[in-house]
Amino acid sequence: MTSPFRTPQGGRVDRATTVEFTFDGQAFTGHPGDTLASALLAAGRHQIATSISLGRPRGIAAAWAEDPGGLVQVEEPFPEPMLLATTVELADGLVAHGLPGQGRLAEIPDSARYDAVHHHVDVLVVGAGPAGLAAALTAARAGARVALVDEQSEAGGSLLAGTERLDDAPALQWVAAAVAELADHPEVLHLQRATAFGSYDDGFVLALERRTDHLGAAAPRHLSRQRVWRFRARSVVVATGAHERPVVFADNDRPGIMLAGAARTFLHRYGVLPGREAVVFTTNDSAYDSALDLHRAGVRVQAVVDARPEGSPRRREECERAGIRVLAGAVVTGTRGVERVTHALVAPFADGEVGAGSAIACDVLLVSGGWNPAVHLFSQARGRLRYDAALGAFVPGEELDGLSVTGSAAGVPDLAGCLADGQRVARAALSALAIAPAADDRLPAAPEPVVPSAPLVLWRVPDTSGAEGSTSFVDLQRDATVADIARAVGAGLRSIEHVKRYTTIGTAHDQGKTSGVLTSGITAELLGVPVQDTGTTTFRPPYTPVAFAALAGRDRGRLFDPERVTALHDWHVTAGAVFEDVGQWKRPRYYPRPGEDMEAAVLRECAAARTGVGILDGSTLGKIDVQGPDAAVLLDRLYTNLMSSLKVGSVRYGVMCGVDGMVIDDGTVLRLAEDRFLVLTTTGGAAKILDWMEEWAQTEWPDLRVHCTSVTEQWVTFPVVGPRSRDVVGAVFPQVDVANEAFPFMTWRDTTLDGVPVRLARISFSGELAFEVYVNPWYAVAVWQRLLEAGRPYGITPYGTETMHVLRAEKGYPIIGQDTDGTVTPQDLGMGWAVSKKKPDFVGKRSFARVENQNPLRKQLVGLLPVDRRTVLPEGSQIVEFRADGQLPPPPVPMLGHVTSSYRSAALARPFALALVKGGRSRIGDTVHVPVNGTLVPVEVTGSVLVDPEGARRDG
Amino acid sequence: MRPRSSTPRTPGADLPEHPDFLWRNPEPKRSYDVVIVGGGGHGLATAHYLAKNHGITNVAVLEKGWLAGGNMARNTTIIRSNYLWDESSAIYEHALKLWEGLEEDLGYPILFSQRGVLNLAHSLQDVRDSVRRVEANKLNGVDAEWLEPDEVRKICPIVNTSTDIRYPVLGATYQPRAGIAKHDYVAWGFARRADEAGIDLIQDCAVTGFATDGNRVTGVQTTRGTIGAGKVALCAAGHTSVLTDLLGIRVPVQSHPLQALVSELLEPVHPTVVMSNAVHVYVSQAHKGELVMGAGVDSYNGYGQRGAFHIIERQMAAAVELFPVFARAHLLRTWAGIVDVSPDASPIVGRTPYDNLYLNCGWGTGGFKATPGIGWALAHTIASDEPHPYVAPFSLDRFVTGALVDEHGAAAVAH
Repeated sequence: MTSPFRTPQGGRVDRATTVEFTFDGQAFTGHPGDTLASALLAAGRHQIATSISLGRPRGIAAAWAEDPGGLVQVEEPFPEPMLLATTVELADGLVAHGLPGQGRLAEIPDSARYDAVHHHVDVLVVGAGPAGLAAALTAARAGARVALVDEQSEAGGSLLAGTERLDDAPALQWVAAAVAELADHPEVLHLQRATAFGSYDDGFVLALERRTDHLGAAAPRHLSRQRVWRFRARSVVVATGAHERPVVFADNDRPGIMLAGAARTFLHRYGVLPGREAVVFTTNDSAYDSALDLHRAGVRVQAVVDARPEGSPRRREECERAGIRVLAGAVVTGTRGVERVTHALVAPFADGEVGAGSAIACDVLLVSGGWNPAVHLFSQARGRLRYDAALGAFVPGEELDGLSVTGSAAGVPDLAGCLADGQRVARAALSALAIAPAADDRLPAAPEPVVPSAPLVLWRVPDTSGAEGSTSFVDLQRDATVADIARAVGAGLRSIEHVKRYTTIGTAHDQGKTSGVLTSGITAELLGVPVQDTGTTTFRPPYTPVAFAALAGRDRGRLFDPERVTALHDWHVTAGAVFEDVGQWKRPRYYPRPGEDMEAAVLRECAAARTGVGILDGSTLGKIDVQGPDAAVLLDRLYTNLMSSLKVGSVRYGVMCGVDGMVIDDGTVLRLAEDRFLVLTTTGGAAKILDWMEEWAQTEWPDLRVHCTSVTEQWVTFPVVGPRSRDVVGAVFPQVDVANEAFPFMTWRDTTLDGVPVRLARISFSGELAFEVYVNPWYAVAVWQRLLEAGRPYGITPYGTETMHVLRAEKGYPIIGQDTDGTVTPQDLGMGWAVSKKKPDFVGKRSFARVENQNPLRKQLVGLLPVDRRTVLPEGSQIVEFRADGQLPPPPVPMLGHVTSSYRSAALARPFALALVKGGRSRIGDTVHVPVNGTLVPVEVTGSVLVDPEGARRDG
Repeated sequence: MRPRSSTPRTPGADLPEHPDFLWRNPEPKRSYDVVIVGGGGHGLATAHYLAKNHGITNVAVLEKGWLAGGNMARNTTIIRSNYLWDESSAIYEHALKLWEGLEEDLGYPILFSQRGVLNLAHSLQDVRDSVRRVEANKLNGVDAEWLEPDEVRKICPIVNTSTDIRYPVLGATYQPRAGIAKHDYVAWGFARRADEAGIDLIQDCAVTGFATDGNRVTGVQTTRGTIGAGKVALCAAGHTSVLTDLLGIRVPVQSHPLQALVSELLEPVHPTVVMSNAVHVYVSQAHKGELVMGAGVDSYNGYGQRGAFHIIERQMAAAVELFPVFARAHLLRTWAGIVDVSPDASPIVGRTPYDNLYLNCGWGTGGFKATPGIGWALAHTIASDEPHPYVAPFSLDRFVTGALVDEHGAAAVAH
């Protein structure tokens, strides 16, 4: 399709190049530099879609992100569900269609790359319009580290949409010079196509840079499609401009009805005429520029309708010279047309009363109700807004530390003022940062501003159409009208937040960019209260929508969460291990031999450890090096048992509780020196316990001279377990006397292997004779291989977490987090012995004295033996009283507890389980029932230690 | 089990209209039989049930801002009762049964949609905890099932059940009767009924102090004057401790920002509600079509209704990991509520050292779904001066006795 509405020349599109695109199945052409909207307008197409509820035709109504009309779905080259035609840069092969309000998520996976960058600056300037450029230049010239971000494809802001002159030349020449000068400053980062969308405390601003879409198929593959910039700025300068505000009147939603300033943008920036015959409806002087510029470009301007009784005498004169009719003291009361506006209904307007009107033919109706400063970033940072009655808009109402607003975002009306204000604000920011401004800090000469005639604040034209406001649209995207606001107020609603929720105004794609202030104004009018009292709804990030994928960045797939592997991981993979996710770690769960399932493998691994020797990669256990003169004091306060009495060279098992007296972690503690301990935690608890220690040490006991450091990854740990473990360890470390008397249980020894330091500890998590071997991870594979080699005569068998779990469960050793759930005390676990009676205090002690802690019906850890000797109870099963009839009664059925661990035991030759059972220790010997898949399985309650209750095996 | 919501709606259907009239905006009277401090969901529901169940209508609900403008306006509207502990599942299940009849009771289209909730398991410990909860739910008469990954995919085809993701889905618990509702509609439905019953809903009325006589509260001082009260109920969520500080009562709640977010309106894509603790996501698609998603809790304490952005970024990563199809959706708006969390993550409800002062706070992330249940039970407690059995386990003195209802759940520590 041709582009009959393209001007013969002008605009910032590359007319030498033609790109082809498809909209609603129809082929169009445009130029690089176009947006989808400008290219469609060039073809004479205004309508984009129909509206969400009423199905009314809707078209392009603005030129950028504030457009409430032009929602599209992009299908090619990169499917996206809901975008604005005004912000989609045209690229060859673009395929899109209009959206009646709901987008569609494409099923093809998004394989594009997204990333994020942190950037720290002295001054961040948001917006590269006149004020922003002035601010950025001022800061850059002073030598500050500066970032300038702007959402458009090129710098210039409002200057791109006009014919302003600076230094007696087109203003865009100055823009080009300013951009070039900024590029010469090495400490300046200048980004276009980067929308600052979120503003947080302490100068934290987020921006989304669109890096490749405008390049179409030419986009380099190595570039991320979009990038999130995380700016931390000592000072933020918000120069985000202003959004033009419509006036609401009947049938104000037809395609062809557009903000006046947008028409000027389409003309000057894109070389596109919005129509052939225009009516301009305004309440202020700015729309006269649009009328005059369109007239010069050949558009027949039928009338400028100015709601002010006197209009603007000076602008009227200009219009009359150009032959444009000006109707002052008049308003547009309605329109005709269906898929495109055909007439504006114009009537005299005085003292809020509308007179008899007439229809003026037009194919485009331009509207201006004034300008709303884009205060979003200021407001997101919790800046208070003030209603400016003269502007009819909310402006920044206070100074914020480290964030200032300048230019038209601050309500500054003219170009000269914006330039000067940008410089002033930047200098203030520099001054606060103690950076001296540059000696040569010249701004271009702007024409002397002309004082405009005072604008009229007019939210809506009284509806004379008989529709009672039901076609006077406030939020086009929500199809919400003046009538809806009136209904909300009539329902008793007074808060603007309630009105928003009742009408849904401001909840759509544009988040109320054009409708928000109108709603405040109309609501205030209906309630008869000042607009200041009505206020606005809260501005929330993001300023414009941001793709989920962009925010997810690189944290997808395998990078979603770090995958931690031990130094032996490759060995485990080669050995055919099946892995289990344990926290962030990948741990071997078992090592099946050909033909083995998990059950067979685990029975074999268990038997090896109980009868010969097994070996485990226990490197994931958390390890914390605790050092300092008060190290023992800290541990005494955090563990329930006494650690200060531990002798150097010895090891002690300990339990930690929360302040509620519930077990949070357990593990062994090695005393390395008087002032140094190695604390072992559970794999999953490592980070949490280090945090826990730091929190207490830093916030409650800062007097303690103690430091804690994670050394989890500085040591690998290999438990060598079983009756033959002494033979293996003795063979590999001949310098150590491994005899029981020389190296007793719960002691540790340092040695070396070929000059490499090794620590051995006699710790057992299986009840068997066992040695833990600690070594630097660099030597992990070598030491592991030596142990395997030495163990070969004894059939040494690597085993995984599943076997580890079975072995420890047979001994009744609980796993914190599996056999406990944050409601279990050491006493409940049968570990009253690990709770010191001597220590004056420790975390959790006070809670042990509570009434409920003495309750004999507390749940206690016990063993369970299914009576049929066959059933492996599902972990998590609930336990109920024995029912003689073998039938579950109807709910609610009282529960006694639940199965926490359940396995087949090679040693017992039957399945067994651990469970938390109410008054469990007093039930030992009883039979209870466990519902499994609808049947009741009888189980016998036993003590929790089922293998080697006398502890005969640990010394070999 | 009751039938599913009698008016099935497809996601994306247009929203029903609100009534032409919601409530009066009365001037406060000099005194009331009952003053409820806090015009959120709980305060409004309590007012409704005071009138409906107990005939008590000389009641004021005092709201410092706008009605239902706190967490009621900010939550992700998930309703379920599949809690682990007997005490919790009892009150949430009572609430769910009320939800099932609430549209009729309130005469308001609250868009209660019983589309089911999946709670995903990603580790062996998640599986144990899930089975435990399902078995407990069944024995308590709460609908619950354990689903294998292929069954999860049948219910929600867009969940990534592939085995090669970072934390594969190992299964899920499923509560078919769970679902979502439209939060504002719920609050306004309660408010309108309370107003109809003659209860005064008084907005822009902050409580600044209490008048007491011995161990009785005789009235509240407010920004709109002093208001006498026969009984006072505090339904002020995290600000409850600010109020009780004025009376010298210590209430152990900590307030944290909790963020949520929505996408643009999308064609129906997500048929149920999915929650995952390990890959932190909870998401549904609201009636208009937007994806509604909750993020993680900000770790610092505060009453600011805004959170830190890295929490949102992390949330997006989790969402895209579990739902690859969401990658192209756009974040439209973020916001934060304030979760008031007690030491055992269960609410604090019931009597206080003052004879005629009642507490209701500490609901953490459970407040919305409990709304009708707690309104019902708190109204009973106020009317009869005796904790309703549903709230009796949640008394303040459990932190002295140690009879906690620990909903932090399994610590998920692995060895």
